[in-house]
Amino acid sequence: MEETTILEVKDLAVSFQTFEGVVQAVRGVDFSLKKGETLAIVGESGSGKSVSTKAINQLLPKKNTLIERGEILFEGKDLLKLSEKEIQKIRGNDIAMIFQDPMTSLNPTMQVGKQIAEPIIAHKGVSKGEAKQKALELMDLVGIQHPERTYKSYPHQFSGGMRQRVMIAIALACEPKILIADEPTTALDVTIQAQILDLMNNLKKDLDTSIIFITHDLGVVAQMADRVAVMYAGKIVEIGTADEIFYNPMHPYTWGLLASMPTLDVEQTSLYTIPGSPPNLLHPPEGDAFAARNEYALGIDFYEDPELFKVSETHFAKTWLLHPDAPEVIPPAEVIRRKEKFRYLNSEKRMSKTVGGEAYGRRY
Amino acid sequence: MAEDIEERKRIVEIKEYKQYFNEGKKSEVRAVKDVSFSIYEGETFGLVGESGSGKSTTGRAIIKLGDITGGQILYKGQDINSIKRRKDLLKFRKSMQMIFQDPYASLNPRLTVKEIIGGALKVHGMETNSAERTKKVHELLESVGLNKQFANRYPKEFSGGQCQRVGIARALAVEPDFIIADEAISALDVSIQAQVINLLKELKEKNNLTYLFIAHDLSMVKYISDRIGVMNRGRILEVSNADELYIAPLHPYTESLLSAIPTPDPEAERHRVRTEYDPGYHHYDNHNGVGLHEIAPEHFIYCHEDEVPLYRKKRQRLLKKAKQYA
Repeated sequence: MEETTILEVKDLAVSFQTFEGVVQAVRGVDFSLKKGETLAIVGESGSGKSVSTKAINQLLPKKNTLIERGEILFEGKDLLKLSEKEIQKIRGNDIAMIFQDPMTSLNPTMQVGKQIAEPIIAHKGVSKGEAKQKALELMDLVGIQHPERTYKSYPHQFSGGMRQRVMIAIALACEPKILIADEPTTALDVTIQAQILDLMNNLKKDLDTSIIFITHDLGVVAQMADRVAVMYAGKIVEIGTADEIFYNPMHPYTWGLLASMPTLDVEQTSLYTIPGSPPNLLHPPEGDAFAARNEYALGIDFYEDPELFKVSETHFAKTWLLHPDAPEVIPPAEVIRRKEKFRYLNSEKRMSKTVGGEAYGRRY
Repeated sequence: MAEDIEERKRIVEIKEYKQYFNEGKKSEVRAVKDVSFSIYEGETFGLVGESGSGKSTTGRAIIKLGDITGGQILYKGQDINSIKRRKDLLKFRKSMQMIFQDPYASLNPRLTVKEIIGGALKVHGMETNSAERTKKVHELLESVGLNKQFANRYPKEFSGGQCQRVGIARALAVEPDFIIADEAISALDVSIQAQVINLLKELKEKNNLTYLFIAHDLSMVKYISDRIGVMNRGRILEVSNADELYIAPLHPYTESLLSAIPTPDPEAERHRVRTEYDPGYHHYDNHNGVGLHEIAPEHFIYCHEDEVPLYRKKRQRLLKKAKQYA
């Protein structure tokens, strides 16, 4: 993969003014996106994953949003400093978005074909006829059958999966460099989800688009992501390649997420749970925000927030457990099983490239 | 083994249940065409399928929310269609409760938690004394892992997971024997889902409950269920015990459904093979000999009787393969 960075988010902090006070939704987030890669951002509701990405396109409500600090660099420009007019040239053109609910994000009174052609006319300055031609090609590309006939249909005539295909066609209309997909398959059935994910993966290969994929479904992450960022209470707590996050997780929150999912092939008597619920970001707790729910919390967690510790060139985790003076802890059984697999995969990579997917997972 | 099952008491029996909406009109929808299955006392029966498969409609029919078009539903041996009088209906509803998908939408925003849970007690004439009712509400809140001080709060003051716990406490208030959980955890975050699932399991042991667990998340369904029914287009296509369904999925639709679930394992994802399902597969022109056939004890497939030997062979092959891996 080509290693050019296309987008860089530096120390982004976003707050919202509400009646109850200032909610610190994002509290200092750094990440970068390379050309042609898929970065997945995972986290619970309220962890700030959607807010961080909406800030990229300036889609947050102007009235009560405060960008506290940080910058978002795209092609040498800081997107946070652009005027509405300037960002409109980028939004939907270079950086496009797919949202969770295809019913509420499409215009119910406009023919779907026209909705796909609209951004092409707006951004590329082509004639209506050419835009329609392009729209028909896009509908074909995303797997909508008989585009000529369905061009004039309205969103309510489509099923959920078809509507999401329309959303993807609109997002791809201007061949964006970055595609931000915010829970694009959460509202869909598993079989439809599988089709949409395959479609996105194929399009990524063909068009070399970079994707930021936001989800809370770790299965989807495993299928889509090259790299994964785990967010908690407005901060990235762990970031690394998909293999590093799934097979060699370092942060207790990532452990909890992985261990609390039932797996299809291992017998379990009771599910591992992360106790309690996420902190209220009106008054973020002192120290590490996860400390109160963390059974591995150290004394220092309660008054000093850890920084990101380096695990490898690509893998960082925000936990004091990685400090050289930290005590050894034993992670949940599921995580130990995964770490075994990580060692196995790495030794295997050195020897040969072929792996028989299932067999060794059961051996442990 | 098979004899044991014969002796187990059936709490719910559904026989050739049909549900058509707007019957006879142009807009007729045949939501459920032909569903038959039983739920044994003390088990968790999982019902999975895509949206529009009729799984929620089936759940709603069992608790008698609306009249059924055809067939028969027996609860503890009694035809629920024959329950007409208010007194009988109250008794029926006391014995059977439901937990809904959206924890916010299913709690009255204008009532406090105490009024929500206490209301159920009042309607069923269980605790007439106000002080005793408060005590019972506190007990219920504690049994679902909530602080008893929460009793005076309103639903909007809770997170999704906490609201779902209130919903569970309300269902438990009337001491039911049977609970229908319709997508009860779908709206919750992963870490909270595990908490609620463990709670449901624990309460089942403690209160000797039977569950019908309706969901589309197959990994959670496998984890909580003893037996699972797979629905598609208004029909049950496969019924089996949970472990066997995942080792030896026989119906092509079950196979495609299982192959579509992404697992939290990138290496397995790279090697995943997806199977597509053609719904024409279970469309039979002639319905003679078509129905749920027993392939093995407690493993049923919707098919033509001529297909039974083929499915038996397939089952043997898959079980053998699974043994090799283990």
